[in-house]
Amino acid sequence: MAATTVPENTTKRHAGRTSGPGGGAARTGLSRKVRQNLQAHGFLIGALLCFLMFSWYPMIREFIMSFQETKRGTTSWVGFKNLNRVYHDPYFWTAWKNTAEFTLYALVIGFLVPFVVAIVLNELRHARAYLRVLVYLPVMLPPVAGVLLFKYFYNPDYGLFNHILKTLHLPTSQWLDSSHTAMISVVIAATWMSMGGATLIYLAALQNIPGELYEAADLDGAGLLSKIWHVTIPQTRMVLSLMLLLQIVATMQEFTNVFLLTGGNGPENSTMTVVYMVYQYAFRYNNFGSAAALGLFLLLVLAVFSGLYTRLSRNSD
Amino acid sequence: MSRIGYRRLVAVALVAGIGLTGAACSSSSDKKDDTGSKATSSTSSVGTPLDPKTKVTISVDCEPPTTKKAERQQWVDDVAEFNKTYPNVTINSKDAFPCEDPAKFTAQLQAGSETDAFYSYMTDLQQVLDAGQAADITDYVNEKTVPNLADIDPGVLNVLKDGGKLYGLPTSNYQMGLIYNRKIFKDAGLNPDQPPTTWDEVRQDAKVIQDKLGSKGINGYMDNSGGNQGGWHLVSEMYGVGSKAVSDDGQKAAFNNDETKSVLSTLHDMRWTDKSLPATPGLQWGDVQKAMGTGKIGMYVGAPDDIPLVVQQYKAKFEDLGMAPIPGGKTSLFGGNDYMFKKSASPDQIKAGIAWINFKYLTLEKGQFNYPRNKTDGLPVGLPQPFFFTGASKAKDTETKTANATVPVENFKSYVDAQVPVLPEPPNAQKIYTVLDTVMSGVLTNKGADISKLLSTAETQVNSLLAASQ
Repeated sequence: MAATTVPENTTKRHAGRTSGPGGGAARTGLSRKVRQNLQAHGFLIGALLCFLMFSWYPMIREFIMSFQETKRGTTSWVGFKNLNRVYHDPYFWTAWKNTAEFTLYALVIGFLVPFVVAIVLNELRHARAYLRVLVYLPVMLPPVAGVLLFKYFYNPDYGLFNHILKTLHLPTSQWLDSSHTAMISVVIAATWMSMGGATLIYLAALQNIPGELYEAADLDGAGLLSKIWHVTIPQTRMVLSLMLLLQIVATMQEFTNVFLLTGGNGPENSTMTVVYMVYQYAFRYNNFGSAAALGLFLLLVLAVFSGLYTRLSRNSD
Repeated sequence: MSRIGYRRLVAVALVAGIGLTGAACSSSSDKKDDTGSKATSSTSSVGTPLDPKTKVTISVDCEPPTTKKAERQQWVDDVAEFNKTYPNVTINSKDAFPCEDPAKFTAQLQAGSETDAFYSYMTDLQQVLDAGQAADITDYVNEKTVPNLADIDPGVLNVLKDGGKLYGLPTSNYQMGLIYNRKIFKDAGLNPDQPPTTWDEVRQDAKVIQDKLGSKGINGYMDNSGGNQGGWHLVSEMYGVGSKAVSDDGQKAAFNNDETKSVLSTLHDMRWTDKSLPATPGLQWGDVQKAMGTGKIGMYVGAPDDIPLVVQQYKAKFEDLGMAPIPGGKTSLFGGNDYMFKKSASPDQIKAGIAWINFKYLTLEKGQFNYPRNKTDGLPVGLPQPFFFTGASKAKDTETKTANATVPVENFKSYVDAQVPVLPEPPNAQKIYTVLDTVMSGVLTNKGADISKLLSTAETQVNSLLAASQ
């Protein structure tokens, strides 16, 4: 008796507490959902507010500012004047050329190297986990520390790289201090600092390739390169495409590495990217309208790539 | 609550959130003040000194950081002494080193979050006016509020004026010259009492230093090419040989001429023919100072306030350092620092700010001119800076400074004796320096640099920037 009485009472008390005046079984369920949803939406609102404040609001402001000019504390609408001004800036096309150059180098070096490293890691039988950690370590290094390290490596007088070249009796380089080599030097440093993340993504994709495909290729007498070409690349095509587009979008917004390694402009403006030019207009020329207008140009180009990315990721689903 | 009602609640919360966020991000700069300043309303004319009974709080930046112990303590002591006269003025000090970071300064101006009395470079006036942040202090400043006003060089005050109105008070100034290492000169067999005065002599001496001491990692000369320092140095150097940066009306670039080309050709030859410059030029402020402080270069173009820096930060010795006039000696770029006053500050806050700046920076034997205290605190006394006093104030300042000198003043004799006529920095100076960085980096990093082309492109860019600023 005692065993059955207690649950009954408990049920009654529970029902009485949750239903409330006029409450019923359906309302009880709804209230619980509301409470649960309130918490969820509470978190959601917090995240949305952060997005609004730090992402969307600045974007909208930037769009508005690109058609405005501020002088003597008074802001006025100037139509396309800012867009026209930045378009006719003598360094406008230099910045785009440098950005394209950075993106191209980043694709050749920053896209290919992590993929090759991932293939090598995937093929290893021993110490794979250990090497995976080693490859990922530079990503954990604070960017400024990585930059300082490379600045030392690149120093033409006492840097490590020229020391190695001298030891090998090869001609030394000016690295970051020559307009011919500054951009490629930045890309090499940037690739070293960020390739760990891409390598792990490629590695995960490689490990999803069914082993039978390689066995079948082996039976057909395929060599290593043939297996990579006929099995690995087709099987990871979607991941490669997505990463390629993501990389294009990311590298076209390059700022940190050129700013820290070459002061932004680099020798003879050889590393001045579009985003650095935006920074220059805003914080050196104090012309926020023109900076915003230049940002609009970049936005249009990136929108094309972002559209492609969205389309590709939808296909991959 | 029904599901629809709940959704409405969420929607209302979101809309409210958007509104609040928008309000929080509003750029109406005149409402913003992160310093918590408050003041009672002014009861007297703006032309009279602050009433000592007035209760007012002001925020002031550029308090020396705690790492600069002596300077910090002097600031604290000066605030205490100032409060003996003005017991009801609360100075809310904000420490900073360096006092101005250009990017941060620009952001502060846009947000209206600078302090009530804020430090700036003399070149910043147009930027501050464009941001609508500077108070017009013309009516506040007179011989009652700033007793030494008549003895401040009018040329210095003119830099802080726009349309005949005054917007700031100077705290220090400099004129550019050639800083050189006397010990390196001696070691290379050169006479440290006869520093070079023309670019040809600079090149010759730099080559001698390079030939004699290059194997020890010592270069004859060094220059900047980035961080606006390259442009600043190039303008100083073109002033030295008689060129200007912009036309007298400030509308057009005026540097694309033979004088500038001669300086750039000499620098190019020094870098690529004589190899008397290091392979890596200075990309940012501090690079050449570090090289001089650590005894790696013989000469560079700079201002006298670099000397205590290279001594304090890089352990150089005052007796090893000397200063000569700018090569060419036609005109010398002068610049400096000042304080401006926030436009939204109340009249009493502006008066209190002026009273503090006057006490700390413009009163002989007080604040920065308290030479016996500087001597006791181990700070250098005897450097040729600031240069803004004239007449009786200058004479008295020189007398006290000489009596308390802690640095070998004879090392700066040729710089002081040269009396090179000064020219202020060009309008929109920081923008011009950014463009001219490219010219310097071209010459110092590219053996095949086309100097004429570099200058022509820079001229087009500067003209475009100046047109946009009209």
